[in-house]
Amino acid sequence: MTDVAQAPAAPGRDRLLRRTLRDPLAVVCLAVLALVIAASLAAPLLTDYAPDHSVLADTLAPMSGAHPLGGDGVGRDVMSRLLYGGRTSLVGGTLAVLVAFAVGGPLGLISGFYRGWFDALAGWAVNVIMAVPAIIVMLVVMAAVSQDLNIAMIVLGVIMAPMVFRLIRASVLAVREELYVDAARVSGLGDARIMRRHVLPVVIAPSVIQATQVFAVAIGIQAGLAFLGLGKASQASWGAMLGDAFTNVYTAPVLLVWPGAAMGLTILASSMLGNAVRDALGTTQPRVTKRPRPVVRTAAGSAVAPAEDRLLTVEGLRVAYGEKTVVDGVSITVERGEVLGLVGESGSGKSQTAFSVLGLLPYEAEVKADQLAFEGKALLSLSLDQLNALRGRGIGYIPQEPMSNLDPCFRIGFQLVEPMRKHLGLSRADARTKALELLARVGIPDPERVFRSYPHQISGGMAQRVLIAGAVSCDPRLLIADEPTTALDVTVQAEVLDLMRSLQQERHMGMILVTHDFGVVADICDRVAVMQKGRIVESAPAGQIFAAPGHDYTRMLLDSTLEGGPARGELLRPGTPLKEVTS
Amino acid sequence: MTSPLLTSPLLELDDVVVEYPAKGRGRKPFRVLHGVSLSVAPGETVGLVGESGSGKTTLGRAVLGLAPVTGGEIRYEGRPVSRLAKRERRALSKDIQVVFQDPFTSLNPAMTVMDILTEPLLVTGVARAEAERRVQKLLDHVYLPQDAAHRLPREFSGGQRQRIAIARALCREPKLIVCDEPVSALDLTTQARVLDLFIEIQEATGVAYLFVTHDLSVVRHISHRVAVLYRGDIVETGDAAQVTERPENPYTKRLLLAAPVPDPERQAQRRAERLKATAS
Repeated sequence: MTDVAQAPAAPGRDRLLRRTLRDPLAVVCLAVLALVIAASLAAPLLTDYAPDHSVLADTLAPMSGAHPLGGDGVGRDVMSRLLYGGRTSLVGGTLAVLVAFAVGGPLGLISGFYRGWFDALAGWAVNVIMAVPAIIVMLVVMAAVSQDLNIAMIVLGVIMAPMVFRLIRASVLAVREELYVDAARVSGLGDARIMRRHVLPVVIAPSVIQATQVFAVAIGIQAGLAFLGLGKASQASWGAMLGDAFTNVYTAPVLLVWPGAAMGLTILASSMLGNAVRDALGTTQPRVTKRPRPVVRTAAGSAVAPAEDRLLTVEGLRVAYGEKTVVDGVSITVERGEVLGLVGESGSGKSQTAFSVLGLLPYEAEVKADQLAFEGKALLSLSLDQLNALRGRGIGYIPQEPMSNLDPCFRIGFQLVEPMRKHLGLSRADARTKALELLARVGIPDPERVFRSYPHQISGGMAQRVLIAGAVSCDPRLLIADEPTTALDVTVQAEVLDLMRSLQQERHMGMILVTHDFGVVADICDRVAVMQKGRIVESAPAGQIFAAPGHDYTRMLLDSTLEGGPARGELLRPGTPLKEVTS
Repeated sequence: MTSPLLTSPLLELDDVVVEYPAKGRGRKPFRVLHGVSLSVAPGETVGLVGESGSGKTTLGRAVLGLAPVTGGEIRYEGRPVSRLAKRERRALSKDIQVVFQDPFTSLNPAMTVMDILTEPLLVTGVARAEAERRVQKLLDHVYLPQDAAHRLPREFSGGQRQRIAIARALCREPKLIVCDEPVSALDLTTQARVLDLFIEIQEATGVAYLFVTHDLSVVRHISHRVAVLYRGDIVETGDAAQVTERPENPYTKRLLLAAPVPDPERQAQRRAERLKATAS
């Protein structure tokens, strides 16, 4: 391997390990586990007594130099039993983990990767195993086959294998749908190599977490079995120590402390290590408890006497996330009945500008404005209740992704009726009538059926019509549409734009249309503001923007539109000899 | 459809049917492509236009061996390839490659660009040093900086990621690349630059493209010939200029009239035409 190949960012497992070790909790857990393992391994060095050597004179002996933790109910050295018992627990836990993964792992991998009959069969087998009561099976095995606790742990591993199977199968299923797996297949990689390079790395992290949990559970169950008196008498274990302590609980309660503490610490360290790994992976949801209003600062008394037809005035709007400013001094106005196009490339801040008018920015956003007023009311000084009253009634919103903006759990009718009942105070029947009228108005052929449908039962174009119906249902004066047709087919887009135009004209609404598509702008906008890197570089009537763009950036954007360019023409040189690109 | 060129086609689709089995026993399978015929000559770009659900992506996947061909035949250099065994299919990956739409999910986020690009070479037994030398050259070809090799995909913008995906497609020196909406997720300015890169590469290497897209202006810019797909059938084929200016099929006409033009006056005209066409 040449030194070129030394990647600065080591991918996959190494990075996970390093991230985990940065968590002090994880370091403590690892230290505890290491201590338990070291003490168990070094048992013969740390104590002179055999764990099952009973001396009657030492029965319930107090702590002393000879017996640091005293003697138990039948005169065995507690310290020795604790150390050797650790071996039993660690070996038992490890056995359960190994068996669970040896059985569940490959089955999960194959099931998830190949699906088909194997998946069906494995799924069936797994369901059968999960239906079996674990403790009873282990008791039966121990009674019938062997008194050895390790056998019980192997059985436990098999019983826990379904959990591993399901986890791994689910992870593999998710990865195999990724385009990069398809790309690898097209690159000529065989299944084994795809598994090794693309699937296994994704499976390892959740497996580590699962392993720590199985380990902890196994130690607990093993102790339970030993506490019940199962297991060979010669096999020292924490569970058996607890059992002995329990019989002497009134005479020597302190005997409960040592095995209890050892088990508690080991189980705790193991499961918390799992949590730390999960945190390092960042798979937990970000903790957003509730959404407080964004931090806003506004120049004093920013409400102004409205010009007669002025709907919205934005002056000097700034939106920042920490150090990063995404909107930097934007000023726009929207008149009644006017359609303003907000155009720019991704990252230009056009959606952020629209969202700050709606008060819908995430809570980390810091919003400042010299003026942000809707019909003369300063938006930033409104309470959340006042803002809610304004959203829907004063300002309507049409989102980009129609499907993700309808709640899949509720019928479309309900989602239309509720806001009208709340905002307009309509009765259920009136709201229903109005909703059906609206659905008919937005060009839905069978309003009754759509009213009764769930979102997944209608197409994307229909869903967008439903959302438009919802946006205008409470008669807003201003509509904010964020790339409303980007997710739609071009024929559907044309119809939706027609609908938006006719609704806008019919109700004399103002509208802000956020888009990257100059065709859409040309179709519907009266005025255009072009945004670049958080600033408005040019703002002019639509005709002027297209005919005589004033800013270089606008000109560059217009020049990149492919429409109207020459077609490529016919292939002139058929069968041009293949030159090597890479040599 | 036969190619207007006299050379023998590189890729031929003959009455190809793709069906996905329906859920539940005894139900009729879902037929995505109902007998599609198409050919691609060496060095040629054939644009495949259609709306969502038309089967255009499925057609691309069928050529790549990622969708089940249940009827008809796909021939590559005259050889049937739609029902190959896994090993033979893998051998074909030397010649047929892909660039997917979404540059965010088509690159493994845990692998460096170097790993992503050397992988297809190493699998065919190219020595690592040689593979890395070739990858450095490839990065030049797609105008990525040399230090790109040791970074992770997430450090790149959408347009740059698409260049990485193009480099991956190129690294085995294929004769055909299936491009599945490769510029749809990109910004306008980036889109134009990536399309020009596609054309430049084609002129330098003579690779053929099967270029799947929903955008008539994109297809016009890059294609020599265009096929329009509607609900699993090809409804019109022809030269790019002819199909995108003077379509004959009513559906293609509808498609053309629905695409908004970046000029308010012409767009108003087009809108009026469209409304007239739908009214009649």
